[in-house]
Amino acid sequence: MSSAAIAARDLAAGYDGARIWQGATFEIAQGEFIAVLGPNGAGKSTLFRIILGLLRPAAGSLQVLGGAPRRGDARIGYVPQRRTIDVDLPVRGRDLVKLGVDGHRLGIEVPGPARVAADRRVAEAIHAVRADAYADRRVGRLSGGEQQRLSLAQALVGKPEILLLDEPLASLDLRNQIGMAALVADLARQQGLTVLLIAHDVNPLLNLIDRVLYVAHGQTAIGKPGEMITSETLTRLYGAEVEVLRDRHGHLYVVGLEDEIAHPHGAAP
Amino acid sequence: MAAPTILLLAPPYFGWDVVRDLQELFRYPFMQHAYAAATLVAIVAGAIGYFVVLRGSSFAAHALSHIGFAGATGAVLLGVSPLAGLLVFTGGAGAAMGWLGGRRLRGQDVVIGIVLAWTLGLGVLFIALYSGNVQAAFAILFGEILGISVTDVQVTAIAAAITVVALAVLYRPLLFASVDEEVAEARGVPVQALSIIFMLVLAVAVSEAVQVVGVLLIFSLIVTPAAIAERLVARPLRALILSAALALLFAWSGLTIAYYLPYPVSFFITSIAFFSYLAVRGVLALRGRAAV
Repeated sequence: MSSAAIAARDLAAGYDGARIWQGATFEIAQGEFIAVLGPNGAGKSTLFRIILGLLRPAAGSLQVLGGAPRRGDARIGYVPQRRTIDVDLPVRGRDLVKLGVDGHRLGIEVPGPARVAADRRVAEAIHAVRADAYADRRVGRLSGGEQQRLSLAQALVGKPEILLLDEPLASLDLRNQIGMAALVADLARQQGLTVLLIAHDVNPLLNLIDRVLYVAHGQTAIGKPGEMITSETLTRLYGAEVEVLRDRHGHLYVVGLEDEIAHPHGAAP
Repeated sequence: MAAPTILLLAPPYFGWDVVRDLQELFRYPFMQHAYAAATLVAIVAGAIGYFVVLRGSSFAAHALSHIGFAGATGAVLLGVSPLAGLLVFTGGAGAAMGWLGGRRLRGQDVVIGIVLAWTLGLGVLFIALYSGNVQAAFAILFGEILGISVTDVQVTAIAAAITVVALAVLYRPLLFASVDEEVAEARGVPVQALSIIFMLVLAVAVSEAVQVVGVLLIFSLIVTPAAIAERLVARPLRALILSAALALLFAWSGLTIAYYLPYPVSFFITSIAFFSYLAVRGVLALRGRAAV
């Protein structure tokens, strides 16, 4: 089907002989909000790198916006998993966002109408993520949540159709996780974006996402959160006894995979 | 052999008459050449220094200059221009480091340290083989700004033009790759190739700067002005320009003071750079944080 934003058919990731996962067949429609879940080291970021055209699939086919993935595709906005930014990095938040407009072009920016237009787009993107108050401070001195918002603005400023967010909620406190997730959902709805968001905890996302994509133990599976995050499905997916509990607020708790899910910063296998 | 200092026949004029001061400073061709070379080298060193500090490649820059020492002494031994030897050795080493360091590899500094130690030993061997010319080695180590010929100035001008043009062309993708490597890569910036090209441009800049401050003191023109600029200014292009301006200020004032006092130029340039850095850090610490 050509209207899908991302369509994978029997896709596999990895290198000769050593597959990270395989047999991934799924279609993600334009405008869908997908949470990508799974244990550390299962290959969630690898999926992003394949979509971005940075990594070749080991097998199978992948269509991104109707064509083969290609590196530098401006229709994809990307926020990689962040390590801490150097406190002294001599760059303002606004400069970081600006790189999303023209950072890939050669030369020095020259004054003129193009620059004015670029500055306006940067200001709009900063405003859209509500980062106006601190966009002119050095990025290294901002909090993790503030840095994440500016990274999101950088990804949005290129007016993408697909947004790939690698653990944007990691290292945020619960209140900020909820705020960030709601912001992404808002922007996605306003701009008709297809969003894939890698997360460890699905709870802040439960009411916002359309489907979840699991990448676990060498395979992938996609479906509605209510169908996917159940004791039966996860037990089958992980090949281990897993129990999903639901509290009276509707929050889900996955029991039996503490080493893989409950400790987001645990060692990768 | 003593350090190169300025020895004049008559005591130079120095006073409130600025025009006469300038006439005095530019009276001798060697000073004219020195100012010309120092100007070119400072602009290049300050500008590329911005990226050196931003990318955390200070140690690589330092290592390049030491590796250049072996190249320069080897060239002297072969009877060719030290600058040619510098360019060949720093260029080769720069390309290798850029290739290794496209991603900041853990342990890369150890490899660089091991290679630079060996090349210093190689330099010592070349000096020993070329018995009799300790002065050449001294000039390479500590700079020979006062002994620069018209040809040297011309070669420096060409090298400076190449590096400035290269930096201007690469400016935005280099900034992107330095600040945000993963996103830059995803947006199609060839980060690995850029890393190699940057190290080659740095190799040319280092080779030039050696003439003025020597391989041991290269930090004072490449790293110190940029480190100060990046603490004072957060806008990339402004910080880069400030860095070049500071390098120019350090080089000019060092040269000027050395004209009147019987001590080496490199000492003044490095001291002015060092104390400026201390002063800036001190003021910023008193204010509690870096300026925006």
